Amino acid sequence: MTNKGVGARLPRKEDRRFLRGEAEYVANLRLPGMLDVAFVRSPMAHAVLGKIIKPRGNEDRVFTAQDLTGVRPIRAVSALKGFKVSEQPVLAHGKVRQVGELIAMCVAPTRAQAEDLADEVELELKELPAVVDMVQARTNPQALVHEHWGDNVFLESLVDDDIASIETKARVKVRRTIRTARQHMSPLEGRGVVCEWHKRLDQLVMHSATQMPHLNRAGLAECLGIDQGAIRVIAPDVGGGFGYKGILLPEEVCLAWLCRKLGRPVRWIEDRREQLSAGANCREHHYDITLYADDRGRLLAIDCEATVDSGAYSSYPFSACLEAAQVSSILPGPYKMERYRCRTWSVATNKAPILPYRGVARTGVCFALELMIDAVARELGMEPHEVRLANLVQPSEMPYDNITKKHFDSGDYPQAVRRAAAMIDVAAIRKLQAQSSAQEPRRIGVGFAIYCEQAAHGTSVYHGWGIPMVPGHEQCSARLTPDGVLELRIGAHSHGQGMETTLAQVAHTVLGIDPQNVRLVHGDTGLTPYSTGTWGSRCMVMSGGAVAAACEVIGTRVKAIAAKLLEVSAADIHLEAGDARVSGTDRGMSLADVAHVWYRKPQLLPVDIDPAGLEATAGYKANVDTGTFSYACHAAKVAVDIETGHVEILDYVVVEDGGTLVNPMIVDGQIYGGAAQGIGTALYEEMPFDEQGQPLATTLADYLLPSATEVPSIRIDHLETPSPYTRFGQKGIGEGGAIAPPAAIANAVNDALAAFGVEINESPLTPRRIVEALARAGR
Amino acid sequence: MKACAFEYERPRDVSDALKVLSSEGAKVAAGMQSLGPMLNLRVVQPRLLVDIRRLEELRTIREEGDTLALGACVTHAEIEDGRVPGATGAFLQKVASRIAYRAVRNRGTIGGSLAHADPAADWPSALALLGGIAIVAGPSGRREIPLERFVTGLFSTDLASDEIVVLLKLQKLGAKARFGWWKFCRKAGEFAQAIGGVLEDRERGVARAVIGATAGAPFVEAGNRRLFEKPDLDQCLAAADKAGLGADLYSRRLHAVALQRAIAEAQRR
Repeated sequence: MTNKGVGARLPRKEDRRFLRGEAEYVANLRLPGMLDVAFVRSPMAHAVLGKIIKPRGNEDRVFTAQDLTGVRPIRAVSALKGFKVSEQPVLAHGKVRQVGELIAMCVAPTRAQAEDLADEVELELKELPAVVDMVQARTNPQALVHEHWGDNVFLESLVDDDIASIETKARVKVRRTIRTARQHMSPLEGRGVVCEWHKRLDQLVMHSATQMPHLNRAGLAECLGIDQGAIRVIAPDVGGGFGYKGILLPEEVCLAWLCRKLGRPVRWIEDRREQLSAGANCREHHYDITLYADDRGRLLAIDCEATVDSGAYSSYPFSACLEAAQVSSILPGPYKMERYRCRTWSVATNKAPILPYRGVARTGVCFALELMIDAVARELGMEPHEVRLANLVQPSEMPYDNITKKHFDSGDYPQAVRRAAAMIDVAAIRKLQAQSSAQEPRRIGVGFAIYCEQAAHGTSVYHGWGIPMVPGHEQCSARLTPDGVLELRIGAHSHGQGMETTLAQVAHTVLGIDPQNVRLVHGDTGLTPYSTGTWGSRCMVMSGGAVAAACEVIGTRVKAIAAKLLEVSAADIHLEAGDARVSGTDRGMSLADVAHVWYRKPQLLPVDIDPAGLEATAGYKANVDTGTFSYACHAAKVAVDIETGHVEILDYVVVEDGGTLVNPMIVDGQIYGGAAQGIGTALYEEMPFDEQGQPLATTLADYLLPSATEVPSIRIDHLETPSPYTRFGQKGIGEGGAIAPPAAIANAVNDALAAFGVEINESPLTPRRIVEALARAGR
Repeated sequence: MKACAFEYERPRDVSDALKVLSSEGAKVAAGMQSLGPMLNLRVVQPRLLVDIRRLEELRTIREEGDTLALGACVTHAEIEDGRVPGATGAFLQKVASRIAYRAVRNRGTIGGSLAHADPAADWPSALALLGGIAIVAGPSGRREIPLERFVTGLFSTDLASDEIVVLLKLQKLGAKARFGWWKFCRKAGEFAQAIGGVLEDRERGVARAVIGATAGAPFVEAGNRRLFEKPDLDQCLAAADKAGLGADLYSRRLHAVALQRAIAEAQRR
């Protein structure tokens, strides 16, 4: 290892422009003649849409579904048996199914003027009963979101098992109802689209704040009925994704159509009000869950019925069933057990379509399961971390196929728990609790949560779902330029992950080239190989593997040229510090010299040189593509003010294992950011709806996000167990930070309140929920 | 969202401001920390904004015998930074230092916050607790409004739409005055969910308590000395009931705790 390659804490190359305010987002684009778009959105969650009356004299600046001839609705299907298809019209007609659904598109020289136009559009709406509560939507629906289905269920699934035989053996049976709130992902930058039609190329160029430009292109082509070559999607700097930017938007389809219609570039930049009212779209789960355990806290069985609020439509490409399908497959977590039964429902409601937020279903699943583990611990009078240790898969059992056939690749799960328990100092907390007076309003508690996260999983996992996106090989196109700079082109997109740095580190490890001489080209379908994009904590494994593969091809060709010029055998050449060197001598030439000869002095090359030159596209897929399993144990020490319900996080530790860390500093950054979002899920973020399906937190004064003052200093400890299946042993770690905090913090709060017999099984743990629970317990 | 189009005027003095303010659809603008977002959300759609933030008369801080005169456009940050002298200044400083974030405090003004009358804001409650008068200027001259009665309800005040708050005249507190100010916010910088404040100045016979961040005007309780003797939760719950907070268990309890903690803080001084 050098101080620049895989494993180095190299400062981020991209920070230069970000820290100087020189990044370029979609909203920074200024195209000549560009017009602004504002949408008329549904003010109701569920209504029959009658006439749409355009403002007199401005009819040609307002567009409705009737105008969008030839545009098809967004369809994200799944091949899972029984899946019901929804069609999401890009502009509503006949009926609206969520607040904020697009009804008309207004275009003007400025956004303010476009909003003036939108204010003048009159709608005839006949309100219908709204489907708001997911459990009621399934069991006793007030209305149907999609009438022709006959119910409100996108998909029902069952992993069946014989639980009855366990009941007699079990010393402990614990049953709870657990809920997680609907959230918004809240990237700093919202969505945004600029579309222009290039007549010369007969091509749409769409600049969009997206995580997966190639999939946007595929989806756009399907909706517009044009070939994919006629579309170029460019994702410039993108200010955070988290899944929010991982779908095809109806706004994108609308603007793509409009720019061609008008012959001028058009722009729509999402604002925070639109984002919150129309796009709160993740995390809403409901669990009726039972755990069976023996007298030593060993899990015998889990029996669960889980409902996921999937919202009004199936979004492209992940579909409405991804979240619930994950629930049933990952609920057992990192634990062993004899029996497992889980029924899930993906339910349609009059809310925004559910999208996979950082951690996808794992945050909810971890919340449900880890709260149950603590409930078992309380039942048996055991320390919660001891119950975990009694059930975790052991390192000697790795690789391990768990009860849902998840293939855990490597790791020492118990070690993570033991280290976390030592770092947070359980013994000291128990002593503090024993000493505290009953009159003290501030109660201390400790909580743990452990998860393992399947990441970078590929074809073998995704093909079964039959959704519009099944990842195969990931590719990289590499080119050594005539002056010896390495260009790497990848189809994924970096929007906070630091890939401009980490992939340069990979190139350095393979080719010896200085990371400063590596340029990453990404976020442009016109310049990069196809990719399903950035999701599923996959890029360091997949794009990292692809970059290494392409660099190896380039390295072989560089060695061949250098060997001819230096008159040695290629086997005698090694690549080091930007040079091709003859091993055991002081002879060599720089990569720039090699490139100079290839491009500028080909007369020096022998006739039998490889004609493919210094450009190569190579692909990568792990030989076992069921995914890497990074894991972490989080532990929180909190103080709960029982009079106000305020929760203060006194200490927070993360012991995580991401396999080989390509850049430990960037990994730490991912963990900090993820944990901050997890703290938001635990304590602050919630989109409430009224009975008519109106979202009630439509500004950031009502939708609370954690900020610097709410996020404590997080202490991180790393284990580094390489994955046996990936190029460098690296594992996907991007999402993990956001998975465990809600469970760890809720467990800590419940520990603090255990003396009162109070247990809170709903996120976020708001002051109101805490005080009301204490009041119900007679406090 | 973007604001509707509007005109903008920056008058030279108060009489000039009153003149433009008398026209149809005109609205006063000062620190813009509430008005700005309301414009962008199109909650307000004025034809004309009259920016009074730089008017000299509204920027004053001076002592006048037993009273302290504070211009309406003095910012929270100026108060936080100790520009207001004496024990009154110390009380105001404590309140100001926890209003929202420094960026908001740099621009937000005491008079603007009072006139906006958001129940969850600090100044409507703090000024009702402190007592004194607001001097307001209108088309027919100047008049005084007692601060305890300035705010009349949720976002409503005794101020007419063609009037401007010019000065706040506050009683100077004695050096031995004790006060406590405690508010509960879900997170740092957010609007309060409950405010409790107490002020005791024996030299001047003042013993007052306030419960703020209610659904309407702040609730002031004067002369209840027992509150100061023992910060008893039952008494505070009774005060919360008098403030009309009985309906919601959480809100009632939170306001009572806020008052109780404000009293405890005053006792520590």
